[in-house]
Amino acid sequence: MTQRAFVVRELGIGLALVLLVAVTAIINPRFLSAQSVKDLLLGSAILAILAVGQAIVVITRNVDLSVGSILGLSAFATGATFVASPDFPIPVMVLLGMGLGAVLGAVNGGLVAAARVPALVVTLGTLYVFRGLDYTWATGRQINAADMPPAFLRMGTAAFIGVPVLALFAVVVLVIAGYYLHNYRGGRELYAIGSDPAAARLAGIPMGRRVFAAFVTSGALAGLAGVLHAARFGTLDANAGLGSELNVVAAVVVGGVAIFGGSGSVYGAALGAVLLTTIRAALPVLGINPFWQDAAVGALILSAIGLDRALSARVGRRLRKVGGGHV
Amino acid sequence: MPTHLLALEGISKSFGAVAALRDVRLSLYSGEAHALVGENGAGKSTLVKILAGVYPADAGTITLDGEPLVLSGPAGARAAGIAVIYQEPTLFPDLSVAENIFIGRQPLRGLRRIDTAAMRARTGELFARLGVRLDPDRPARGLSIADQQLVEIAKAISLEARVLVMDEPTAALSGVEVERLFAVVRSLCEAGTAALFVSHRFDEVFRLCQQVTVLRDGGWVSTDPVGALTIDEVVRRMVGREVSAMYPKQETVPREPRLEVKGLSRNGSFRDVSFTVHSGEIVALAGLVGAGRSEVARAVFGIDRYDAGSVIVDGIELPNGAAAAAIKAGLALVPEDRRQQGLVMELSVQRNATLPRRWSLARAGLLFGGGERRAAAEWAQRLRVKASRLDDPVSTLSGGNQQKVVLAKWLATAPRVLIVDEPTRGIDVGTKAEVHLLLSRLAAEGVAVLMVSSELPEVLGMADRVLVMHEGRLVADIPRGDASEEAVMRAATGQAVGA
Repeated sequence: MTQRAFVVRELGIGLALVLLVAVTAIINPRFLSAQSVKDLLLGSAILAILAVGQAIVVITRNVDLSVGSILGLSAFATGATFVASPDFPIPVMVLLGMGLGAVLGAVNGGLVAAARVPALVVTLGTLYVFRGLDYTWATGRQINAADMPPAFLRMGTAAFIGVPVLALFAVVVLVIAGYYLHNYRGGRELYAIGSDPAAARLAGIPMGRRVFAAFVTSGALAGLAGVLHAARFGTLDANAGLGSELNVVAAVVVGGVAIFGGSGSVYGAALGAVLLTTIRAALPVLGINPFWQDAAVGALILSAIGLDRALSARVGRRLRKVGGGHV
Repeated sequence: MPTHLLALEGISKSFGAVAALRDVRLSLYSGEAHALVGENGAGKSTLVKILAGVYPADAGTITLDGEPLVLSGPAGARAAGIAVIYQEPTLFPDLSVAENIFIGRQPLRGLRRIDTAAMRARTGELFARLGVRLDPDRPARGLSIADQQLVEIAKAISLEARVLVMDEPTAALSGVEVERLFAVVRSLCEAGTAALFVSHRFDEVFRLCQQVTVLRDGGWVSTDPVGALTIDEVVRRMVGREVSAMYPKQETVPREPRLEVKGLSRNGSFRDVSFTVHSGEIVALAGLVGAGRSEVARAVFGIDRYDAGSVIVDGIELPNGAAAAAIKAGLALVPEDRRQQGLVMELSVQRNATLPRRWSLARAGLLFGGGERRAAAEWAQRLRVKASRLDDPVSTLSGGNQQKVVLAKWLATAPRVLIVDEPTRGIDVGTKAEVHLLLSRLAAEGVAVLMVSSELPEVLGMADRVLVMHEGRLVADIPRGDASEEAVMRAATGQAVGA
């Protein structure tokens, strides 16, 4: 029944997405052209990867606001590395970016888990610290696409059997994370921690370790997103990913992950990322003033939360009714 | 007698200045059920949490099979074969019932993945053994207290532990469910498990257990075979002091009706509750956890809305769900959870104590320290609050002194009706007696007191009348003369309707 309630939630987001695409496509059929769909997937991929990491953190009743800054640092590190040695192997660069993100995530996780400071405060602090490091390092420099190896830039736009490589990265991340959360003890314990921290402590769940791991994962995925960002845009300065953390949290919330932890899935979060990206792409096509974009995203967040409340109230009522089924 | 399986020796534990346990010893034997009894606050739950690895003991040793055992945490206790059923259920509302039972030790298949089918099947087996009919796949959210308790029991049993610790597992269960639990515990004991059973229900203790240990005020009193003791003797050892000194009830003559509650109902919480509290009277609202007592108190005070009925104070009906109007009409509520609902922990003692009167203490809308301090000092003295400084944060006080600040805060408003919810939960014995004396004096001054309490001795010692709730209904109204532990307990467990 739990699973069914979750599936209902994700079906709702999927349905909203299909509806949005259908309406937009009726008004402007070119919205569904191969190129346009490819653009959508390309645009969603990086946000989806960040959203998966964020969902893992939010499920434990925490939040990671530093992901935009981690992305920025990782993206600039990628550019700087290729400037210094253009023949640097690309797979190693990907791992290096993830490693850098993991280290920064470990700073977050360490402070949250060991010092018991609320994640909101810690990651708000590291948001500025990491961005500050980025500025110090970049010192106003800009790295251009011409400085990067062409093979790396191709990864940012190339497609494999019609699917952009970036989207493939996102799908692999999503499937691994989703499978782990659902099928492994560690994954289920993340849900348990977010569901009731006091009970988690009584159940002997290693809370500090799990929360730490969640932040490291979120950091590593933000690091990966940074490398992919560099590949996709080519031009890099210290502002890469500036302000994207709120977009990521929005995607997670729209995707049905409860902000107080314990429920939701990475699939929902990824769908939320795709939905947000699609809305931003669809509004101009629908002839809506682009200035309304942010308002539309805000309305979407509020309606997602409203839907969540209504749904959980209904599920709660039904569960109380079927309760007391024993003799 | 066989050698003991688990032994505790010289266990002490303090929280701040309050000693919860002093030099306690306890031996559990394989195949035996051991009862742990004592008043609320005697240290039973603290002892349970030490066994569970939640609290480290300040002093003393634990040995298992004669080997010293150091519990590094709940996981360590579980690994040592100690399973614990806590007093309050500790389930994860978002996880399925089956996951709740097997969290952290789910059956695995290849690649260390969780074997959901096996987990569901084993949950089904456990439920069959306990006679529970619950869907293993449903989330724990929305389970009744009794069902939650049954899931906890299933969890403890599934551990196949060598030591099974149960902290009041039967508080929310029906007679049939209790029998099933006992049958399972007996079969576990036959298989060599040692059980520790904490309970307030003496008939259960005497039916299930072979040994009984009495704790009082955090100290060990006695351990005897159950057959060697009578219930009266156990109670005498638990209380261990003159009951009259503990419960200094002044005889009063009830005067005019102060608070009248008529046909109060709230869907899902309580139904058709009617009673009257007179000026000068202390009326206790008794019942098991989850019977709806606190909910009634909250509805009367206007924190929660009710669906039907009326609340009348001195002949004037209060509006539904308006706490401000209730305060204006002379009601005061001392809530059950003082940390969450009664105090602002970070604020000073004096500010907490004067919070409801901040408008009358303010000069031109501004609060000055002087007025606050004078008002607070007067009450601190009257209630004998032990605080080093009145501008220290209230969180630095002991539980008992915090409760006094909550009382001071409301008494200063000169209430005509005082509702106290668990007034002495978790406070030490000396302070308890002071709180009781205070309530008694207030009643003598003409205040109508409605006291929600789970402590039977307190209910019997303090109340002029005992109202008993069972599953959301008022089932008995027992005058002081007829009130006995047995009569209240029978009504609270739904065995007798009416009195």
